[in-house]
Amino acid sequence: MKKSNIVVTVLALMTMAFLYLPLAAVAFFSINATKYGLVWKGFTLDWYFKLFHNDIILHAAWNTLVLAVVSTVVATVLGTILAIGMDRFPWSGKTDTSLDMLLHLPVIIPDIILAAALVVAFGLLRLVSSIFEPGLLNMIIGHITFQIAFVALVVRSRLVSLGSDIEEAARDLFASTPYLLWHVTLPLILPGIVAGAMLAFTLSLDDFVISFFTAGPDSVTLPIYIYAAVRRVVTPEIHALSTIILLITVLLVVGTERLTRKMQHD
Amino acid sequence: MDKIIVWYGELTSVKSLLKRGLLFLSPGMIWLLLFLVLPGLVLIIVSFASRGAYGQLVWEFSLENYKRLAGFGLFGWTSDYIMILWRSILVAAVTTFISVLLSYPLCFFIAGKSERTRYLWLTMLIIPFWTNMVIRTYAWFLILAPELPFAKLAAALGIIAPDSPLYPSVFAVYLGMVSIYLPFVALPLFSSIEKLDWALVEAANDLYASRTRIFMHAILPQTLPGLSVGVILTFVPAMGMFVVPDLLGGAKYMLVGNVIQQQFGASRDWAFGASISMGLMALTMCSLYLYRRKSKEVTII
Repeated sequence: MKKSNIVVTVLALMTMAFLYLPLAAVAFFSINATKYGLVWKGFTLDWYFKLFHNDIILHAAWNTLVLAVVSTVVATVLGTILAIGMDRFPWSGKTDTSLDMLLHLPVIIPDIILAAALVVAFGLLRLVSSIFEPGLLNMIIGHITFQIAFVALVVRSRLVSLGSDIEEAARDLFASTPYLLWHVTLPLILPGIVAGAMLAFTLSLDDFVISFFTAGPDSVTLPIYIYAAVRRVVTPEIHALSTIILLITVLLVVGTERLTRKMQHD
Repeated sequence: MDKIIVWYGELTSVKSLLKRGLLFLSPGMIWLLLFLVLPGLVLIIVSFASRGAYGQLVWEFSLENYKRLAGFGLFGWTSDYIMILWRSILVAAVTTFISVLLSYPLCFFIAGKSERTRYLWLTMLIIPFWTNMVIRTYAWFLILAPELPFAKLAAALGIIAPDSPLYPSVFAVYLGMVSIYLPFVALPLFSSIEKLDWALVEAANDLYASRTRIFMHAILPQTLPGLSVGVILTFVPAMGMFVVPDLLGGAKYMLVGNVIQQQFGASRDWAFGASISMGLMALTMCSLYLYRRKSKEVTII
């Protein structure tokens, strides 16, 4: 049974094909020369060139990037500090459990609930200050909220796997607390931080629901643009845009995978 | 009271350590309290408020929204919202079940590969996991389009009218849902299957156990940790899904996510939207509770 039998192989390959069929279709029709319909009319890269002349798409791409970069930076800093705080101090079992639950909350609850809660909360905050109008700031806050949890979980697992030996040795050599953190702990958990940050970045690119609920008219991101567009009509430009996003995701995933695997081998 | 301990090679007291720990915890925790816990509480309060004439919130508290959710509307009792909640549970359950069925062969297949190619296959499984949901959903428009063989075959069999696409339909919703959630089951399941002790399977084989018994008694218990994580990671978010039914299901196949989105969008009834979110939250809590009880039972056995 250890050598996979033929039924298992066929089922597995069919499942893989099922996962990749939609992605392949998008990529395939992004280089098809016809504007309407799904008949092959020859190879073209026109749709890709057209993207770079579409101001709305360029603006949406810029918004997506700003959102992802800003939220990732903030979430990585906050998540890392939180992970150190949770793992490197003698909390009682009860505190530990409740911290753990709070951290898993954004991971487990349906994102539409977080989105609804944020809409209502921002709606009330708007009574206090107009900076909470629907827009990029609200989206950034929303993204950070779920990213923190993921970053903290990744960094914490790195902290746990490190153990205490090296930090004890540093203490024996009279390292002060700031020195220990900055010159010993931080370099050691850096791969974890980078992996967490890449995960957070991918999550931000991948998110649609939170963005959709908190976005304003001026802060359309690429997923929101694609969603609005395909509800009207599906065009080859959308396929080209989606293919570019797919390729970026592939790069990010492969990068993160390599990093985490290197981490495990260390 | 203040105990002196050695902690990571530092001679210190518990009290001063915890003080320092609080310093580390506070930025992240304050953020989560402000933008996760507090909005959650506000959502609960708002679910008891009511909608003004222009879609604004009116702070008159009543159980009206929950009554409406239970079906007691202006025109007598209807089962609309109860049906939508039930349908969401059903769709999530079927999606999870199909994903589990397809994940086992896939994971066995990947686990059977040599170490080098195994990581390649695993990366292949992770890529769709992180690919944008909107793109993966609308992509089915292309595959189910009337020009392509799938729709043509269905038309030839008389299932759909000729020259019409296979969406919007229940079938399309399930295709979309399973293709999105399958990696959520397969990835945690793989971590269990990778560590599977094949000696037990061989032993069962030697003792002439049937294939079903081998699976139920030698494979399933060993893979339960990964499987249960996968099931919960699929079932809970699948209940709240709104992109797939919105794009592939059409107006007839609404799920609870669509209703919530409607209330916060076109209908502009935040109070009712909040109460439906509470309904979804209750379902989430129930499934998490069941899952915890089940997983406890498992460890006892």
